[in-house]
Amino acid sequence: MTDEDTELLDVAPGEPHDSLMSETISYVVGLGLALLLTAVSFWVASTSNIWGPGVAMGLVVLAIAQMGVHLVFFLHITTGPDNTNNVLALAFGVLIVFLVMIGTIWIMGHMNANMGPTPEMMNLQMQRG
Amino acid sequence: MSATEAAAIGLTHGSSEDTGLGHRGPESKSIVVPYGFWLFVLSDIVLFSALFATYAALSHATDGGPTSNELFDRTLVAVETLALLVSSFICGLAMIAAKRRNMAWTQIWLLVTGLLGAVFLAIELYEFGHMIHIGAGPQRSAFLSSFFTLVGCHGAHVTAGLLWIGTMMAQVWAKGFRPEIVRRLLCLSIFWHALDIIWVAIFTIVYLIGTLP
Repeated sequence: MTDEDTELLDVAPGEPHDSLMSETISYVVGLGLALLLTAVSFWVASTSNIWGPGVAMGLVVLAIAQMGVHLVFFLHITTGPDNTNNVLALAFGVLIVFLVMIGTIWIMGHMNANMGPTPEMMNLQMQRG
Repeated sequence: MSATEAAAIGLTHGSSEDTGLGHRGPESKSIVVPYGFWLFVLSDIVLFSALFATYAALSHATDGGPTSNELFDRTLVAVETLALLVSSFICGLAMIAAKRRNMAWTQIWLLVTGLLGAVFLAIELYEFGHMIHIGAGPQRSAFLSSFFTLVGCHGAHVTAGLLWIGTMMAQVWAKGFRPEIVRRLLCLSIFWHALDIIWVAIFTIVYLIGTLP
C-alpha cells in the first residue's frame, strides 16, 4: 500500500474502513430509520389519537432521535477512539445550543407573562419593540 | 543531536512515550481538515439555535396578521423533507464512490444530490413567493420576520451547498481524486448532512408544531 492509499483510507470523522457493501448498507439503514421517524412525525402531528398537549413534546423527541440517526449513520459520529475529538466538540455544541434555546424560551416566556396586560397587548408591544 | 536524544524529547515517532502528541505525532491532514470543518459546522448550528430561539419567542407575535396555522402547507413540507433527506443519502453514496476513485458514479451521485437540493430550493422559493404575494412577507409581523430569517438562512446555506457541489464536480473532473480534492469532498458531505439535520429541526418546530390544531 502506498502512502497515498493510506491517506485516502485514513478518513474522518469516523468513516468506517470497510467494504463497499457494508458502507452502503450503513447509509441505507440510516435512510430507512430517518424515513420512518419522519413518517411517524407527520402522523403524530395529524392524528387525533394522541393526548393533545403531549404532541409537541413527542415531535421534539422524534426530531432529536432523527438527528441522532443522521449523526451516526450519515456523519459517522461514533464512540470509537479516533472519534473522541469529534464527540467532545459535538457535546460542547449541544450544550451551547440548549443554553441558547432553553434560556431564551424560559426568559422570554416569563417576560411575556409578567409585562403584558394581555397576550394580545404583548404581541403589539413586541411588534414595535 | 543523536537519535536517542531526539527520541527522549519527543521529536521522533514510534518509540517516545510522553510527547503529548501520541505515538505517531500530529494527525494527518485527512483527520485534521474534516475536524476543523466539523467545528465550523457546529458553530453554524449554534448560529441556527439563536434563530430558532428568536422564532420560538416570536411565533405568536402575529400582530393580527396570518398565523402559522393559516400559512403552512404540510404536503409541500413533506415533499421538501423527502427531497433533502434522499439528497443527503445520495451524497453519502457519492462519498463511497469517491473513496474508491470511481469517476462516473461520483459525478452521477453528486449530480443527483445537487438536483434534489435544487428541487428542495425551488419548493421553498415557491412557498416564499406565494407568502409574499398574499401579503405575508417578512415585514408583516414579528412572527413572519423571524420565520423568513430562520428558513431563509437555511435556504441560503442550501444555495451555497449547490454552488459547492457544482464546483466539486468540476474539480473532481479536472483534477481527479487527489488527496486535497477528496478532503474537500468530505467537507462538502459534512456540510450537506448538517443542513439536513437543521432541516429536521425546522420542519418539526416551524411546520409541524406550528400547524398543530
